[in-house]
Amino acid sequence: MSKGRFGIHGGQFVPETLMSAVNEFEKAYNHYKNDPEFVAELDELMREYSGRPSRLYYAEKMTKDLGGAKIYLKREDLNHTGSHKLNNCLGQCLLAKKMGKTRVIAETGAGQHGVATATVAALLGLECEIFMGKEDTIRQALNVYRMKLLGAKVNAVESGTMTLKDAVNEAMREWTNRISDTHYVLGSVMGPHPFPTVVRDFQSVIGKEIKAQLMEKEGRLPDVVMACVGGGSNAIGAFYEFINDRDVQLIGCEAAGLGVDNPKNAATMANGTLGVFHGMKSYFCQNEYGQIAPVYSISAGLDYPGVGPEHANLHDTGRAKYVPITDEEAVRAFEYLSRTEGIIPAIESSHAVAQCFKLAPTLGRDKIIVVNLSGRGDKDVAAIARYRGEDIHD
Amino acid sequence: MTDIKTAFENGKALIPFVTAGDPDLETTERLLIEMSKNGADIIEIGIPFSDPIAEGVAIQEADLRALAAGVTTDKIFDMVKRVRSEISCALALMTYMNPVFVYGADKFMAKCAECGISAVIVPDTPYEEKDELAPACEKHGIDLISMIAPTSAERVTMIAKDSSGFLFCIPSTGVTGVAGEKIMDIGEMVDLVRSVSSTPCAVGYGNPTEEQAGFAAKCADGVIIGDEVVRIIAKNRENCVAPVAEYIRQMKKAIS
Repeated sequence: MSKGRFGIHGGQFVPETLMSAVNEFEKAYNHYKNDPEFVAELDELMREYSGRPSRLYYAEKMTKDLGGAKIYLKREDLNHTGSHKLNNCLGQCLLAKKMGKTRVIAETGAGQHGVATATVAALLGLECEIFMGKEDTIRQALNVYRMKLLGAKVNAVESGTMTLKDAVNEAMREWTNRISDTHYVLGSVMGPHPFPTVVRDFQSVIGKEIKAQLMEKEGRLPDVVMACVGGGSNAIGAFYEFINDRDVQLIGCEAAGLGVDNPKNAATMANGTLGVFHGMKSYFCQNEYGQIAPVYSISAGLDYPGVGPEHANLHDTGRAKYVPITDEEAVRAFEYLSRTEGIIPAIESSHAVAQCFKLAPTLGRDKIIVVNLSGRGDKDVAAIARYRGEDIHD
Repeated sequence: MTDIKTAFENGKALIPFVTAGDPDLETTERLLIEMSKNGADIIEIGIPFSDPIAEGVAIQEADLRALAAGVTTDKIFDMVKRVRSEISCALALMTYMNPVFVYGADKFMAKCAECGISAVIVPDTPYEEKDELAPACEKHGIDLISMIAPTSAERVTMIAKDSSGFLFCIPSTGVTGVAGEKIMDIGEMVDLVRSVSSTPCAVGYGNPTEEQAGFAAKCADGVIIGDEVVRIIAKNRENCVAPVAEYIRQMKKAIS
């Protein structure tokens, strides 16, 4: 029987060699998630090491400037390592250790998940190897060096389009080669069951905190929660707590690159069709024969041809809405938030800021928007300078 | 026409793999004829996929070359249909779930039947997800080949009981052509299968030595050659037919 379905999406489409590993992982997760000792240990790491809860910041200047809904930023960029990725890495690496694994591997796009994995591996004394598309090692050279500093080995993947999907391919191949001592720390709510569920659970702390923090500040739920979506881990983390609060609108912002009508985009919900890839049934950018399309976005973290199965289902049921944001819109939002609030957001998160920029002025002042600021933008400064034609040496 | 079952009736079966369309479909056509003549009992024809996650570098590169040259699933079906009457051995298609799913499982299996293809091998579709393909396979009389890995352990019985055609046994973990960890012995694996099922077992190697092939043939029913033919093609391009034929002859001898 197929497991881990979200509507028609999800499942476990992996080679037989990996089935024992995903089953072992599922069993361990189901055990430890209810183990008080594990829960306490993870809580402590989240609090003392990562710095949770992250702030829910009222962006007053931005709110006044846009002249509409009240805007709150969920500051996942303030976590240790600078993004929401650490939430999942702390959970999965701690699990891996409990399972007796001595080595972790991971894919990374922008490098945020790679850095977070390398960080926790260093902390917990696990050997760590990261797979990153060669194209991305160039776009995100700083993060490559960070991972090396943290003691990880970084493999530049030269197959296919040399970006995130190829990094996932290579990490899966490596896991197939070496299972007994290795756990694959998948970085998003994608891949075969149980990854979409496990990663969502570890990220759902974001939405739980948003709810509690907004209750304290405003005494009510938000009207809109928005987040960027590549695979979709920060978005599902922000959305999950609100899925049953039907009045809270959920908006995922995907990367439209040069535009949804231009072949250079990564807007899976806008352009994708149903398929089965990377272990899951979901929507993918692909051709009529099921060959996966080479996608593009200025954001290495959203440069992925698929989307997590739970998002695909939220899209099918209409519970969440997904909108495309172009490179140019994201870059403008990147610059806007930097100037207006003194916060440099990750180019990924800038896709959500861009949607807020469009939506906030259309809503009344009595409305509340929460934007999940999934990461900080230091890593993107050089790339944005290049985009703007500035000649800087990074 | 020879089906999968009869392929195992004349001694040990030799099962080579070839990526369709590398370097071009005309060459693939000639390769199928010559491999069949020189001792192949089943040929696995690979429909190239953009992201073959279970494959090592040799097949990855062959897939990308073939796709870049414009090969499509329909062109491969047309080629097989054209050449089928000149091939005496059984044919299987090997590809990933997405090309089959997007084509439509029912339409895909109907095409297989129409073109004289007896089986399909879809490495990213494990036992738990078989239902995505099994009804269409059954309807059109196509064997859905199951795989067993060294990590399968207690899963072997469940998989073997519900198998058809032959069982694709992987002797070590790892992608095609790369030996990973050895956890379960081939002999053990085959014994376990035989205790619950009469489905023949074929052992898959990337590039087996003659000794490995001989040993696998001794304890199993056939030997699969994962990527050595693909490597010979990559090296010799349009002139690959003669060296591939020679290689197939040698391997057939090694397992006989």
